[in-house]
Amino acid sequence: MIKTVIKKGAYFDSVSLMQVAKKLNSVPGVLDSAVVMATKENKGIIKASGLLTPEILKAGDSDLAIAVSAKTPAAAEAAFKAADELLNRKPAQPSGGADRKAAGLDDAFKSLEGANLAVISVAGRFAGALAADCLEKGLNVMLFSDNIPVETEVALKKAAVKKGLLVMGPDCGTAIINGAPIAFANSVRRGNIGVVAAAGTGLQEVTTLISNEGAGISQAIGTGGRDVKLEVGALTFIQALRMLAADPGTEVILLVSKPPHPAILKKITAEIKKIEKPVVAVFLGGEIKEKLKENFYPAKTLEEAAYKAACLGRGWAIAKAREMIYDMNLKSLALAKKEALRKKKTSCLRGLFTGGTFVSEAQVILPEMLGAVLSNAPLDKKNKLKNSMQLSGHAVIDLGEDEFTVGRPHPMIDFSLRNKLIVSEAKRPEVSVLLLDLVLGYGANLNPLEDIMPSLVEAFIQNKELSIVASVTGTETDPQARFKVVKALEAAGVLVMPSNAGACRLAGEIIRMAAKR
Amino acid sequence: MKLFETELRVINIGLESFRQGLNDCGVKSVQAQFKPPLSAEAGLFAKAAKHSARIAKANGKALGRILAAKPALVGMGIALDVIPGMKRDLILHAGPPVTWERMCGPMRGGIMAALMYEGLAANPKEAEKLAASGRIKYEPCHEHNAVGPMAGIISASMPVFIVKNEEHGNFAYATQNEGLGKVLRYGAYGPEVIERLKWMEKTLYPTLKAAIESLGRIDLKTMVAQALHMGDEVHNRNRAGTSLLYRALAPAVIKTCKDPETAAKSLEFINGNDHFFLNLSMALSKASLDAGRGVKDSSVVVVMARNGTDFGVQLSGTGGRWFTGPAQVPDALYFPGYSKADANPDIGDSAITETNGLGGFAIAAAPAIVQFVGGKAADALNYTLAMYEITAGESNIYKIPALDFRGTPTGIDVIKVARSGILPFIDTGVAHKNAGVGQVGAGVLSAPPEPFTKAFEYFAKNLK
Repeated sequence: MIKTVIKKGAYFDSVSLMQVAKKLNSVPGVLDSAVVMATKENKGIIKASGLLTPEILKAGDSDLAIAVSAKTPAAAEAAFKAADELLNRKPAQPSGGADRKAAGLDDAFKSLEGANLAVISVAGRFAGALAADCLEKGLNVMLFSDNIPVETEVALKKAAVKKGLLVMGPDCGTAIINGAPIAFANSVRRGNIGVVAAAGTGLQEVTTLISNEGAGISQAIGTGGRDVKLEVGALTFIQALRMLAADPGTEVILLVSKPPHPAILKKITAEIKKIEKPVVAVFLGGEIKEKLKENFYPAKTLEEAAYKAACLGRGWAIAKAREMIYDMNLKSLALAKKEALRKKKTSCLRGLFTGGTFVSEAQVILPEMLGAVLSNAPLDKKNKLKNSMQLSGHAVIDLGEDEFTVGRPHPMIDFSLRNKLIVSEAKRPEVSVLLLDLVLGYGANLNPLEDIMPSLVEAFIQNKELSIVASVTGTETDPQARFKVVKALEAAGVLVMPSNAGACRLAGEIIRMAAKR
Repeated sequence: MKLFETELRVINIGLESFRQGLNDCGVKSVQAQFKPPLSAEAGLFAKAAKHSARIAKANGKALGRILAAKPALVGMGIALDVIPGMKRDLILHAGPPVTWERMCGPMRGGIMAALMYEGLAANPKEAEKLAASGRIKYEPCHEHNAVGPMAGIISASMPVFIVKNEEHGNFAYATQNEGLGKVLRYGAYGPEVIERLKWMEKTLYPTLKAAIESLGRIDLKTMVAQALHMGDEVHNRNRAGTSLLYRALAPAVIKTCKDPETAAKSLEFINGNDHFFLNLSMALSKASLDAGRGVKDSSVVVVMARNGTDFGVQLSGTGGRWFTGPAQVPDALYFPGYSKADANPDIGDSAITETNGLGGFAIAAAPAIVQFVGGKAADALNYTLAMYEITAGESNIYKIPALDFRGTPTGIDVIKVARSGILPFIDTGVAHKNAGVGQVGAGVLSAPPEPFTKAFEYFAKNLK
């Protein structure tokens, strides 16, 4: 059936009307429709489609005609109602494009006056050329993208150094510049401690620990893990170190990395010696023993480094850092004793990590307590897991390694793989302690509790002897709010420690005490 | 070293969620869209970059000539008499070269209409047979200094406008616009189509010819500049341009036409066709862009044209070579009773307006037609703003009020297109895919990537 409505003296431009007709055709039961001003030409056009009714024929140039061919009268009515709504619709917000997306780099550069940093996270094969264009425009660059050839990295960094610009990355997940969190980063206090890190999670751990202790961050510069390898020669690491040395807002410098190539370490230590400001350094698994200068403070763990820097930053005696760790250990010893009571004498620890640096830190702490600890990312090659999906003995795995992340988001965002492992490892009779990290902040999973809780509950049901020890990397001002996450985890029976190192020590202590019993 | 002492301002390219942390602490940022480059041959980009100074100079020269062009309507004539190389058995068509076998429905229909109009065939059946016989030759309008909307058919006895670039002395030609509905340029070939064409030849043409002669010339360049300030982009909207032309012509028509009835009918025809000006904005664009041809090492696009089968591109620095790829079906709003299934792939020489910085490139000047691009005035602004990413410069005369009178993006640089992956944005009418039906809608589309990829790769490979 064909139904018609004429609206006298209503003017709409033809394009708006075509848009309305397009929408009417998607109303269920509507076969065809016409929404036109009833001019002679339009009558001719709708005649061809069989919608020209006597009412429309009678209507004049200044009348709006709506004709609907529909299966049922109700469908036609629905269409007329939809037409009314569409014709009387007001734009949702005044147009003007306050948050307009720029069409490309040139457009963005023109539209944001004073732009000084480009954050690039496009596919690696395109990122190098894009970064080069940004440097050309005088922009500092953070390259979140990975899979960029090392030659490209070197070329970019050399060009940047020449221009006095900074290239963070490739594969740099985090930074804090002028107080602003970039990519995967936490909301931390501003302060006088400047960080250079070739380890992403390491940067997040030290900046949050410092912030949670009441000190603050001036700048935190990520370099990308490959920067301290021989091929790249710490181009960014050294440049960042110099920038912090010259920065009036930075009074303490904190360096975080896995052990650099020996030749590169030499370059870095030479640079440290030139700096007047106090320098704290943690090279996980390769502590600097040499006293480089009077106010140089090596550290074994991220935690120790963060607390030392925090003490320096707040003007406290450096010895206070040890006291802070000692106090934490006292509490965890009592906890460990209680947990050990529920366990068999021999049991294994499994660390399931989303942050790569934490896997390194765990391997600095745990072997001293438990002996050999296997890993898919071992500090010592002889501890390499034969099969990353088949854990044996005491083992810690990095779920952010390429073998796990191909074709899926990073495990800090997508918990599904680790959730599966939490349950499957809990079911193993030899396992009695699970060690986890939970990284909060921008870029990370915004609903961590919702996603992780079911697997934790299931794990406790499956294994009555199980202890789950976790660290929560984050601050109260992070979008997820650390205390909320900690409270919920504790309510579920998880033992939460302030730092990953603290969690590692507690987990190790539980196993050790169970064995002694 | 300055980074720490200045306010942080971030361009974010890639994951949009990274702006959250910046927003939360009040850092200004802008999201830049990213598209992969058109060509995978990184070496060619490097080569183009190496020669960038020379190319920029060549493009500056080509664009300078395009912008300096002064197109004016100086007269009318019969195609056979005025179009270079025109012959009785030759039919000019839109877009790059195409054989009868590969032609789409509307172009075939237009040719059949032209053959009947020329008296070479008595009916559609005869016309189709003759068209396919090999006795009729087909060549692009663009290879004869001409342009035609949609099918773009020009046959020997059709009257054409003569547009002269008074700065460089070259000419461009285009037919008179037939109006909307069942018309030749959309492939319709019924008796009413031929009848109208005959009337346009016998009545409208002599009337307008006399009027233009009495005026001497009509300055089209300033007319287009004014039309942009009145809400036209002179491709999909020509209401202002047509009105301005009408104002210029009417007194002269009254003065020169002896028969008041003829004068009234002729003026009424123009008045009744909001697209009458389109063919002139196309000829103006053609006359301007032809002046930018043949500049060695210039990567500026001087032609974008479609024949309903292929989309073709020519560059200033690569002579008469066509770079082609399949034409696409536009994203359109359709007339009642029609849908995308009825639509023919994109067709017509009218993309010459975009090539000249008008049409889709100037859509920010035409808020009345923003429904084609999403419905908000800001959408139209964004489309125009995006085109600055791929052009060598900006117009010195065609300006957009809503962009504080910034010149329209002009002189598409194929290197920028290939690098940014941003494709030219084109306004267009939509023809029914079958011959004889006519227009079924109007809309917009981005040019297909292939012709630009090919043009870039050829250009870069041949840089010396």
